[in-house]
Amino acid sequence: MPDEKEKRRYAKPLPHIDEETRPWWEAAQRHELYIQQCRDCGDRRFHPRTLCTNCMSSRTEWVKCGGRGKVYTFTVTNQNGSAGFRDALPYVLAWVELDEGVKLLTNIVECPPAQVKIDMPVEVVFDDVTPDVTLVKFRPAH
Amino acid sequence: MPANWSGQVAIVGAYESGRRRAPGLHPFAIQAECARGALSDAGLELADVDGFATAASFPAEGAREMAVAEVAEYLGLHPRWVDGTDVGGAAPISHAGHAVAAIQAGLAEVVLVTYAACGYSWPHGTADYLTYAHGPGQWELPYGPSTVATYALAARRHMHDYGTTAEDLAAIAVQCRANAAANPDARYTAPISVDDVLASPVIAAPLHRLDCCVVTDSGGAFVLTSARRAKSMSSRPAYLLGFGEALGQVSMSQMWPFTATAAAASGARAFQTAGMRPAEIDCAQLYDSFTITVLLALEDLGFCGKGEGGKFASAGELAPGGQLPINTDGGGLSSNHPGMRGIFLVIEAVKQLRGECGPRQVKDCAVALCNGTGGELGTRHSAATLILSNR
Repeated sequence: MPDEKEKRRYAKPLPHIDEETRPWWEAAQRHELYIQQCRDCGDRRFHPRTLCTNCMSSRTEWVKCGGRGKVYTFTVTNQNGSAGFRDALPYVLAWVELDEGVKLLTNIVECPPAQVKIDMPVEVVFDDVTPDVTLVKFRPAH
Repeated sequence: MPANWSGQVAIVGAYESGRRRAPGLHPFAIQAECARGALSDAGLELADVDGFATAASFPAEGAREMAVAEVAEYLGLHPRWVDGTDVGGAAPISHAGHAVAAIQAGLAEVVLVTYAACGYSWPHGTADYLTYAHGPGQWELPYGPSTVATYALAARRHMHDYGTTAEDLAAIAVQCRANAAANPDARYTAPISVDDVLASPVIAAPLHRLDCCVVTDSGGAFVLTSARRAKSMSSRPAYLLGFGEALGQVSMSQMWPFTATAAAASGARAFQTAGMRPAEIDCAQLYDSFTITVLLALEDLGFCGKGEGGKFASAGELAPGGQLPINTDGGGLSSNHPGMRGIFLVIEAVKQLRGECGPRQVKDCAVALCNGTGGELGTRHSAATLILSNR
């Protein structure tokens, strides 16, 4: 059972940010969403990596995203005993496909779980979960 | 044309622990029980073993980074060939395929493959995958991808793309439970109906509790050697005819179709190396962490068309008298799943091929297929497929 202290502090897992991924997380803190595109072969990718997963080039450009996409698949999770999640049930885990063509794993928020549908248009929500970390989530697009 | 190694290696010993609950036991104790059981079944001694494979680095499996070394030390083994490949639940099947290569190359002559875990009783850590939020985990863990939830993601999309229903998934659970009734060691044997599955709590939609495997404390082992040596041994050999393994990921931009699994590749390789077709399989042991895992495997292995797995299951084709009897021991859904269950797929296939299954024996079972699925379908997973025959 969640105790009062756990409810007050942010208890869900936080990302361990490294030098390769820091630019992406800092952009999220500025409420900006980026993906990477290879300057050599044009392949777009998420999550950020130093090398292209198609041609291994290190020539990378950051593409600023419009923040819109659609739900590719989702699940309403009713059971999760781990810290932070156990007192935030139910929650919606989803893959969102951005208009820019990549998918990311996220939560759908600001929406009754029963109303989430595949292909539902969504827009990004930046959740400042701690002073150091902003998570990227999505809500129904208005 | 079958691969040149097809039929050259055989399983000559197999043992599944009858345990389902073992509170207070370290999984290594079950490793030892199963190693002895399989070797005894083969009429071999510990000293005969010169190749060893195991996967034991998840918390409930009892080891960490050098799992194969830790377990070998515990058992008293001094192998000249080792394999610690850990691709989750499919690992023991991958180990069998790798053992073929080792035996053919002369790197080992008698390979012991083991697995044990105390998924039910183990107090340290969880059975979830990727529980660290560094590296790839930083993009996933903050959002709560429990294992059930990640499989639910695959089920939901399949329902959307192909009209698969909750009843279709439930039919798989119902069949595995019906099969379990004929297995005295199975965790649950009381029959269930589709309504029972749909009435069980929704863990992560659309998966209900009865769409999910049991959690047990148990283990198993099998022994492989060359076909030449196998012929002089007492038990009826199960010859390895075909093998394939593959990895699948959702997140890569050159994407694996979300509603297909790596079994499409591992299965194709297994059938190709065996020189066989799906219609020639007499029974299939398909990894059943969840009902959706089975449904996708049926399609990807070619037992039915893509999108038709639901109809195939609901039509009763998975029953002992149907087109493709599956999971004859009750599977992970009803019999045994201590953390991973790839080892039991192989053991049950061997028992079927030997004609040892009594009330759950598939008539005239001469060719069996084992398909392991490891990891999580909703993020990254593995598949390994093995085709065995008693001829």
